[in-house]
Amino acid sequence: MRRSALLIRFLLSLALVWMAGAWVPAASAAGLDPALLAPLAGDDTDAKLEAIARLGTESSAQAAVVLDALGNDRMYVTPEAQLLVDTRQGIVDAATGAAIGAMPAQADSVSVNNRLRRAIAAALSASRLHAQDPAQRLAAARGLQRGADVTVLPTLEKALSDEQDAEVKEALTVTIATLQLKSDSASLRTQAAYVLGETGNAAFRPTLHALLQQDAQGAYAEPDAQVRAAATAALHRIERHVAIVEWVGNLFYGVSLGSVLLLAALGLAITFGLMGVINMAHGELLMIGAYVTYAVQALFRAWFPQWLDAYVIAAMPVAFVATALVGMALERTVIRWLYGRPLETLLATWGISLMLMQAVRTLFGAQNVEVSNPSWMSGGVTVLGSLVLSYNRIAIIVFAMLVVMFVWALLNHTRLGLFVRAITQNRRMADCVGVPTGRVDMLAFGLGAGIAGLAGVALSQLGNVGPDLGRGYIVDSFMVVVLGGVGQLAGTVVAALGLGAVTKFLEPYSGAVMAKIAILVLIVLFVQKRPQGLFAPRGRSAE
Amino acid sequence: MNASNLKQSELYAAALRRPLFSSKAWIALAIVTAVLALLPLLNLVFPAGHSLHVSAYAVALLGKFMCYALAALALDLVWGYAGILSLGHGLFFALGGYAHGMYLMRAIGQDGVYQSNVPDFMVFLNWQDYPWYWTFTEHFWYAMLLVVLVPGVLAFLFGYFAFRSRIKGVYFSIITQALTFAAMLLFFRNDTGFGGNNGFTDFKRILGFDITAPATRATLYWVTLAVLLGALVLARAVTQSKLGRVLTAVRDAESRVRFIGYEPLGFKLFVWTLSAVMCGIAGALYVPQVGIINPGEMSTENSIEMVIWVATGGRGTLIGPIIGAGTVNGLKTWFTSVFPEFWLYALGLIFVLVTLFLPQGIVGLARRWMTSRQERTL
Repeated sequence: MRRSALLIRFLLSLALVWMAGAWVPAASAAGLDPALLAPLAGDDTDAKLEAIARLGTESSAQAAVVLDALGNDRMYVTPEAQLLVDTRQGIVDAATGAAIGAMPAQADSVSVNNRLRRAIAAALSASRLHAQDPAQRLAAARGLQRGADVTVLPTLEKALSDEQDAEVKEALTVTIATLQLKSDSASLRTQAAYVLGETGNAAFRPTLHALLQQDAQGAYAEPDAQVRAAATAALHRIERHVAIVEWVGNLFYGVSLGSVLLLAALGLAITFGLMGVINMAHGELLMIGAYVTYAVQALFRAWFPQWLDAYVIAAMPVAFVATALVGMALERTVIRWLYGRPLETLLATWGISLMLMQAVRTLFGAQNVEVSNPSWMSGGVTVLGSLVLSYNRIAIIVFAMLVVMFVWALLNHTRLGLFVRAITQNRRMADCVGVPTGRVDMLAFGLGAGIAGLAGVALSQLGNVGPDLGRGYIVDSFMVVVLGGVGQLAGTVVAALGLGAVTKFLEPYSGAVMAKIAILVLIVLFVQKRPQGLFAPRGRSAE
Repeated sequence: MNASNLKQSELYAAALRRPLFSSKAWIALAIVTAVLALLPLLNLVFPAGHSLHVSAYAVALLGKFMCYALAALALDLVWGYAGILSLGHGLFFALGGYAHGMYLMRAIGQDGVYQSNVPDFMVFLNWQDYPWYWTFTEHFWYAMLLVVLVPGVLAFLFGYFAFRSRIKGVYFSIITQALTFAAMLLFFRNDTGFGGNNGFTDFKRILGFDITAPATRATLYWVTLAVLLGALVLARAVTQSKLGRVLTAVRDAESRVRFIGYEPLGFKLFVWTLSAVMCGIAGALYVPQVGIINPGEMSTENSIEMVIWVATGGRGTLIGPIIGAGTVNGLKTWFTSVFPEFWLYALGLIFVLVTLFLPQGIVGLARRWMTSRQERTL
């Protein structure tokens, strides 16, 4: 008796589903036809599959809710065959979305097997094609690019004709192409291969390769020669696009690494170029800059949490002034007694670097401290389809350019810069004509140190901030200075960017460590050829 | 030929015939050597607890210091006498150590943790066999040859190109630093075949003798002492010779030496290579006594610390670096056991104070004190 009732209900629901097939979805935002849902309460998997596929084509938002609930085991059926959905906010009727007070006691959850789950996922993507939010539609279109069923093709085509957003349109076109690749019409397949080639997306390579596969008898997987030609062309397009993306990516990361090197080496170039001082404590000045950033961040956390995002900006002048003061103090107490004895400055500044490192360990502990990126620096911009340029790297590149411009302006358009250049060219003559060399030395050393502090702010945004931070950069920054030549801003810029780019272009072939070794060996060889660096001073000042 | 010319050449020959050390210096050297040589004997003969007993730890420590002293002596040859400041002597030290370490690793035989034919680190890498550059390293004589040849050939090649291009001063220092840094990165890699991060350790025997036995350790100590003494005499002979004079001239005014008609390349190259070989030998003596060699020996810090041993003792004095290596490392041992967190302050302070106030180091200070006392007595 009970059994027969079930059977009748089942037959009835089948008929309803059949009718629903003819029923054009009237873009009703509110409810779903209960007949459409009825098979879900039953036991027939095939009927369920069909119902799920239909739900996918529904433009109603409720369809997505139902599918989602079904996929997550939050759909229930009462003995009266009423379907209920447990949205986490409450129980609603599956068809109308009307809220139901409480879950009836006898309600059973609707069981779903794996075959159904796959169908649900596809249907859910299909139904999201009608979502309000363009981002959701885009995600749905992209989701369907992998392993969607041919049955969604009509839905996709309809969605494409309704779509306004250009980005979503493009994604839909590609999705349709992946499906059309399986169509019976050779011209459609050719067209599809072309569209896939246009995307330049490496994800489609396996699909296209599959078309060109030969089986044991030598027959191609794709019978039509024209389609095969289109697939080959598409593959070439993709390869080329991937190569371009790789190249641009290497260039970007190279320039960003170069900017870091430039920031780290710029201050060194000033002190080395001007005074012939080998400042081994330069790395520790970078470290101090990074710790100042940490301190400013802590200050902002404690006092101005609402402006926390701006702490990096505030840290810049603070770091500049703090490290410049440290630098000037070093110059007055130690370095000025050692002018003309570069090897001795090397040793003395090394000693200073040891003490600075240990002092930071004593003050802040030997562990790395946590410096977080401000929110505007996280994330990135996507270019060329798949290449993500992160905002913090872009910010560093821009920052490095600004610092170079600042130094350039200072050296070329201020009185201090004039003095600095005069001393670099001929210290004794500058002294004779009244340049206060002692004071200028102090200020120039302070400037070099201050720039190291600015670089420290930048470095704190890229990696760990710990007492050893400076050590990692000291060899690299000396390489930049040696390569660029002494006393030449342009040389330093070219050397830093060049080193960065060459490193990043080498890395894919050799791995990071071997690239670094290769670079160091190359520099050693280069200096044999041009001991004075890329931009050697000529004439009398050469010796 | 006129008389004045003859007289000059006689004077010159007399200057060259100068004894290696004054008789006083010879006596002092003999006493210090005898005392140092006696220490392991005191350790072996007297049982622990006896008032004349010297602990094995002290002997091992002194043995280590003598290896450092040898390295410092080597560095003084190039820095003190030729004005070439190398920040890469840690590389030569480590290469000598690795060359000897290869023999010591093979001498372990199948006594490693995995009882394999190859060292444990190669077991980790799934290597069945030794790579080609390990060929013959099971022979002690070949390893000793490598100890000399590897640092020597590398130094010769590097020096040839660097000195030919007239790279000098800080540029040379920075380049040697870069080379050492690159080598360190290379040795840190596991697939270089030198044990990666951990390097070589767990040695069992040397020439069939148990490497941890007190007698073996004493022998190693005496060998180190003998080598150090020999190196000191050799270095003295080199710096006292005509070649040494030219080197000093190169240090003080390289361009002038060139204008007079000397080509500095050969002189610099000779002393540079000699120094590298000495440093390699120091490393080779260091490894069996300390029981480990890893890429950390090539770090920038180690090479610069060697320089400060020389500076503290007094550059260009030969005996100074030996004293300096002992002093600085003695302080280091004391500090790291008593005030570990203050050692870096102390070391940093040594760097600053020595460069500012003691340009001639401890030996210079002693000399100044002696001359002022002589003046007072006069």
